[in-house]
Amino acid sequence: MNNRIQRAKYADRIMTCVFYAIAAFFFALLLAFSGKVIIGGLLGASPEMFAFERQGSIGNQLFNTIYLVFVSLVVSVPLGVFAGIYLAMYAKEGLFTRFLRICIETLSSLPSIVVGLFGYLVFLIFMGMDRSVLAGALSVSILTLPLITTTTEDAIKGLPPGYFQASMGMGSTRWQAIFHVLLPACIPRIMTGVILAAGRGFGEAAVLLYTSGSGSTLRWGNWDLSSPTCPFNLFRPAETLSIQIWNLQTNAQDTALANLASAVLLLLVLIFNISANAWSHHINKKNSGEKA
Amino acid sequence: MTGERMSNIKFEIEHLNLHYGSFHALKDISMKIEENEITAFIGPSGCGKSTFLKTLNRMNDLEDNVTIDGTVRMDGKDIYKEMDPIALRHDVGMVFQQPNPFPKSVYDNVAYGPRIFGIRKKSQLDEIVERSLRQAAIWDELKDRLKKSALGLSGGQQQRLCIARTLAIQPKVILMDEPTSALDPISTSKIEDLAMELKKDYTIIIVTHNMQQAARISDKTAFFLLGEAIEYGKTADLFARPQDERTENYITGRFG
Amino acid sequence: MNTTTQKGMFHKEYAWRGIAIVCGLFVIVLTLGIGAFLVYKGSDTFLKFGHTLWEFLGSTQWQPVDSAQGGGSVGTLIFIVGSLVTCGLALLIATPFALGSAIFMTEISDKFGEKFYRPVVQIFAGIPSVVYGWVGLTVLVPFIRNIFNRQVGHSILAAGIVLAVMIFPTITTVSADAILAVPDSCRKAAYGLGSTRWQTIRRIVLPASAPGIISGVILGLARAFGEALAVAMVIGQTTALPTSIFSTTKTMTTEIASQMGNSMEGGELKSALWTMSLLLFLVSLLFITLIHFCTSRGKKKLEGGNA
Repeated sequence: MNNRIQRAKYADRIMTCVFYAIAAFFFALLLAFSGKVIIGGLLGASPEMFAFERQGSIGNQLFNTIYLVFVSLVVSVPLGVFAGIYLAMYAKEGLFTRFLRICIETLSSLPSIVVGLFGYLVFLIFMGMDRSVLAGALSVSILTLPLITTTTEDAIKGLPPGYFQASMGMGSTRWQAIFHVLLPACIPRIMTGVILAAGRGFGEAAVLLYTSGSGSTLRWGNWDLSSPTCPFNLFRPAETLSIQIWNLQTNAQDTALANLASAVLLLLVLIFNISANAWSHHINKKNSGEKA
Repeated sequence: MTGERMSNIKFEIEHLNLHYGSFHALKDISMKIEENEITAFIGPSGCGKSTFLKTLNRMNDLEDNVTIDGTVRMDGKDIYKEMDPIALRHDVGMVFQQPNPFPKSVYDNVAYGPRIFGIRKKSQLDEIVERSLRQAAIWDELKDRLKKSALGLSGGQQQRLCIARTLAIQPKVILMDEPTSALDPISTSKIEDLAMELKKDYTIIIVTHNMQQAARISDKTAFFLLGEAIEYGKTADLFARPQDERTENYITGRFG
Repeated sequence: MNTTTQKGMFHKEYAWRGIAIVCGLFVIVLTLGIGAFLVYKGSDTFLKFGHTLWEFLGSTQWQPVDSAQGGGSVGTLIFIVGSLVTCGLALLIATPFALGSAIFMTEISDKFGEKFYRPVVQIFAGIPSVVYGWVGLTVLVPFIRNIFNRQVGHSILAAGIVLAVMIFPTITTVSADAILAVPDSCRKAAYGLGSTRWQTIRRIVLPASAPGIISGVILGLARAFGEALAVAMVIGQTTALPTSIFSTTKTMTTEIASQMGNSMEGGELKSALWTMSLLLFLVSLLFITLIHFCTSRGKKKLEGGNA
């Protein structure tokens, strides 16, 4: 009997070491990975790579990435927030709602290349657009829509039921309760979802492969919105950082440039994700603080 | 003391102090607990009776910020210095306040303990499972659903299953932490009968907030208040002639 | 309050509720639309070009003609095998590590795990896949070439490792949530019976959380299955069945990504690619169904109920 206990304890100690080792290994791997990408990418870069030129720099691509994601959020945030409100406040459990949930889940698990192809088919072939900021942004919206919908629903459902009841008790309509009480109370939480969605959009490449094109010729100061070189023209092609990395690897030309693009892209995503994380942490703390 | 049957001391606790961080939860407790008896710990909630129970099989090792001094000896061995907690818990089984069967079948619940001892033979396990369930007086109810999930049982059945699960490791002592507080009166009386039956073979220590229960089933009773063991003695004496005024106040219902 | 403002209130109520419902409807229409378009485009392979489903799924002959006449062959077995092998390898690598990490951050060192390890893992779940692919191409591929003395480092192994690192955070966080959902009373009971921590984990916690862990693995698998560009960068892109983990091959997603751009609208090649996208869509539906199945099993397990 004692022997068995000894053996069990021995196994316990070994497994504990194994778990520590695994955790430490991945921790080290992830740190080394990001360190290599960010530090290696930035150190290997030359100053002219940061310029806003057509070739050999990342400035225009960085702008395109942010602009494209911004446009996509302009579309997906209202849609997603309203769909989330519907699910949290108006939906009655039934076939329609169940089906809507299945749809959201399906959307969120679609391979991004499939979404990209859908965008290509609808926006380019059927609607006759060229590869453009708008076509790319709309395709990215499809990807981020389910994320924003579920965050909104969870945020509203996570509020204390007293908020809604108090407002309804004062004779407000459902919508007034939502608009004046519930939404303001959960805007921080919805914002976290939006930041995460933005982070996802920044890194997306497969979706944009056939929708946003690879133009990077911008003339700064050109405010003619119909000109193909105007930065804010929605109908011009736009190469984002992730597409730039993809293009550079296919042509296998400029390793240092692709390294820098990776570093900047990773930094962009990390900043967004870390701030979303910190923000939601802060919200949780504040909320639990208020209750105590 | 000539008329009394000589009994063996199972636990000998001397000057036990326990702190949760800076909170002094158990204050200088000394007590002897005898073999093959039921000892009950009573007292208002927060008085330390459950904490004290947990020191007897070192379950409080699993909590943070707990410091203990003093000695607890079982059969003459210091359980904090001379015994391994895992081995100790094989000898001192525990039944919890909420029935906590594993999300497994009835059979696998009872066979869990023997299996972690390394018993793999089906026939041997079958035998242990049947014996333990019979001892816990639940064999007849469950023999046809051994393969079903234990979570589908009623609360009272679950608790008796948990007792059977503890019996399967063949402990010497069974600690029960308010085992009936989550149960209905009928299930409660079944568990009480079971405890009375089991004391022939085991030493049973039970924490209860129910004074009638202590009076019904226990041989000795200890009254706890604010981390102190105020009074400890034969149950009949303690309830009939409490020595301490605080004990009297508690059992006559003046506070608590 | 006079009746006109009241009327206005209700009009607004109906209007806003209408908008909310329309947005909900839009999500449904969008999803159905994606499915319908893929079916519409993907069915050409069978209806217009007259290929059989059996040829599409079971043949290794991949020579579709890039014109509307058709007459080539559209066997996608190579890509299907390529996808299955790379994803299988990725799971094989990622699952033990992810499970170990999940156990570490919930059972072994829960304070450090919750405060520090989980956020770090979550943040890494957001790293763009092209970055993974690029690092795979510039670091892992040369590494494999040198250490195993191969002519090329592009390989299924490289793709498997890149995917494994990519899906590791997904499996870890979902498994950790499943493990946290196991009630503490189970752990206490196990310790009370004299189990060691490892015995408690192996015999109580892991079996109880198995459905949730499997959901996490499927979620990871779905992510790996749908990944196109990161895999395309390191897998070597040759149209041949793999013979070892050092072989170069193609997957469904990488073939779609590389051919879609230079194929003719309405041609046989393009329809075959659409059919492959349809297949991807169906596979992702299958994954969702599996996850639903696991979650309902897991619920039953932790809440009782004798089925």
